[in-house]
Amino acid sequence: MSVTSVEEIKFSDELISFISDWKDQPGNLIMILHRVQEEFDYIPREAAKKISKMLNVSMSKIYGVITFYHYFKLEKPGKHNIQVCMGTACYLKGGEDLIDELENILGIGVNQVTEDGKFSIEAVRCVGCCGLAPVVVIGGKVFGKLNKKKLPEVLANFEDE
Amino acid sequence: MSKLNRNELKALREDKKKEFSSIAANNDTKIIIGVGTCGVAAGARETESAFLDELKIQNISNTTVISETGCMGLCHVEPTIEVIVPGMSPVIYGNVNEKVAREIVKTHILDKTVVTANVFDRPAADIVNEAESSSDYKQYRIVLRNCGIIDPEKINEYIARDGYMALEKAVFEMTGDDIINEMKISGLRGRGGAGFPTWMKWNFTKQVEEEFKYIVCNADEGDPGAYMDRSTLEGDPHSILEAMTIAGYSINAKKGYIYIRAEYPLAIERLKIAMKQSRELGLLGDNILGSDFCFDIEIRLGAGAFVCGEETALLESIEGERGMPNPRPPFPAVKGVWGEPTIINNVETWASIPVIINKGGEWFSSIGTEDTRGTKVFALTGKVQNSGLVEVPMGTTLREIIYDIGGGIPNGREFKAVQTGGPSGGVITKEYLDTPIDYKSLQELGSIMGSGGMIVLDEDDCMVDVSKFYLGFTIDESCGKCPPCRVGGRSLYNILDKITSGKGVIEDLDKLKEIGATMQKASLCGLGQTSPNPILSTLKYFEEEYIEHISDKKCRAKKCKALITFEVIPDACTGCTLCARKCPVNTISGARKEVHFINQDACIKCGECFDVCNFDAILIK
Repeated sequence: MSVTSVEEIKFSDELISFISDWKDQPGNLIMILHRVQEEFDYIPREAAKKISKMLNVSMSKIYGVITFYHYFKLEKPGKHNIQVCMGTACYLKGGEDLIDELENILGIGVNQVTEDGKFSIEAVRCVGCCGLAPVVVIGGKVFGKLNKKKLPEVLANFEDE
Repeated sequence: MSKLNRNELKALREDKKKEFSSIAANNDTKIIIGVGTCGVAAGARETESAFLDELKIQNISNTTVISETGCMGLCHVEPTIEVIVPGMSPVIYGNVNEKVAREIVKTHILDKTVVTANVFDRPAADIVNEAESSSDYKQYRIVLRNCGIIDPEKINEYIARDGYMALEKAVFEMTGDDIINEMKISGLRGRGGAGFPTWMKWNFTKQVEEEFKYIVCNADEGDPGAYMDRSTLEGDPHSILEAMTIAGYSINAKKGYIYIRAEYPLAIERLKIAMKQSRELGLLGDNILGSDFCFDIEIRLGAGAFVCGEETALLESIEGERGMPNPRPPFPAVKGVWGEPTIINNVETWASIPVIINKGGEWFSSIGTEDTRGTKVFALTGKVQNSGLVEVPMGTTLREIIYDIGGGIPNGREFKAVQTGGPSGGVITKEYLDTPIDYKSLQELGSIMGSGGMIVLDEDDCMVDVSKFYLGFTIDESCGKCPPCRVGGRSLYNILDKITSGKGVIEDLDKLKEIGATMQKASLCGLGQTSPNPILSTLKYFEEEYIEHISDKKCRAKKCKALITFEVIPDACTGCTLCARKCPVNTISGARKEVHFINQDACIKCGECFDVCNFDAILIK
């Protein structure tokens, strides 16, 4: 858990101006949460508190929305979050094997982060690349037609950074 | 660029049409590269750089134009490109990696010889520019008419292909009622899954007297295994903007929302570019094409909730709330966004509309079947040779799609079933492959059209496991508001889990049917009402497979781990020790050069021994 207090968490100028643009628009909460997650890779509790003050909405409302939607995260993911597609086509073509193998290689489970903070594993819904099934997405880049043996090679792309 | 009036748009179109078709006249060669999400994932960017580099090396950069386009539909052979050389027929190439790209430059462009190994057939005729001879092609592209042809980031290319012509016609030549009437003649039904007549939705909304009305595009494509909407938005975003604007004009709405999954960043980006361009040309915003009509569109992001594809839940989500469905009536046509009358249609429905206005409802209704007019886009995936996006006239048979277009089942395996409609749909077996597809026929077979996922299953797929997969998905996505869905779904899943672990009893099958039937009747929204479908339909056609799991403790597809064993075939084992060394739980014993043995008590059935054995000496029973 982070120990940052409300005063300490800093929103970038772009984020603040985004929030002020959206502040008076109806139904703005999800759009603002997306922008916050874009900045922090997840939604820190302190950020939620700050939004609560800025928009004058309760924390329970904000958490109600965050926890309803799969896309919003409450824990910080690894530097490289590995999203394994578990859509139907990927499932049939061995998406589950990819998760098992990643767990083996990295020594962590789904929704966990490696000790060095470098990788995390996430099982996601269809990413819409069914023609390339099974796929994983890392940092927005899609790797398709994978099997267990190809995974080390995929991970190697992110080793030296 | 400044805002256009009607005549200026017409002039621009003529101008761009010439430009678009005059590349050959200039003796320039054109290379069109597919850069949808699939293409990029398969390396289209690297292919593009290889082209640029090789053109430079061969010193023909200045006579060759490279342009980008959306999905050509040939997902199994991405990256795909099209090469147009003056004096030669255009050729579509697939699997174009950097090496093939360089070869195409040298052989096709310089030596004028086609690189036959990588050639793929064009999927369909071009309905915009060609006289129609649909018999030559199995596919018929209305929704995907521009995908794979235009650069989605260039509004001029859309305009050159009759883009915004329907809007022009609607605003200057038609009344709102005329438009709705044209939609009625066309017979277009909502392509999101339910198949409700589009004109009726519009008409209900039009009849409500309110000052504010809204237009919504449902682009929350959540069905796992379906990506028609993503490809349409990535390949032809302007068609959606144009159609929504036409709807806005017909019911006098001033604002539209596109509700799109945040998981589709490229589609969102292209929509934003398209909106900016059409505002600059006065095709969106105040006084469209110099008329009194004002309409603008805003993007709202979904956040990964399948239930938000249900229209009342979608409305909650647009309003920034938890996406929980509400009872209908009132329907969104009467009380939608912010409590005002709202038209909600899905991406594919929207993409058909400009063509209907341009070519007339009569033309559209001549395609398809009595029950369902027009075409349908399917995402053909799973155990099929040519997976990809296909658009076919309604009434095409499943056999034509899976075998003629899809190329059949790979690796010599046997076809088992095809799943349509995703988590809300069901399976269709071999005996029914010749059924002409429309809403009615699929429903009669116990499945649904759904949004367009079409997943082919072969003998290696276990029907109980597939049902469990879908149920696992729907219980995860159930919003929890109504008990039939929340509790019923969980109970169904638990029973399936029991059966796949070899602990099922025969009475479980009746329980599945009973709970399923209750959920269909009593759930609040479509998600709960349809979530038992995958189970009920597999029970209908494959009950003996369920019984095998229960009575014989066998999974014939060898998918359910609790019901299979790994054994060494003594005659084939050479005693190489590889399996014993790789076994993660050290349960394989045997000395070097002697037959090995798997101790079943400790085996976790990970399959590692099977994977590593070089002598096919591991048997799965």
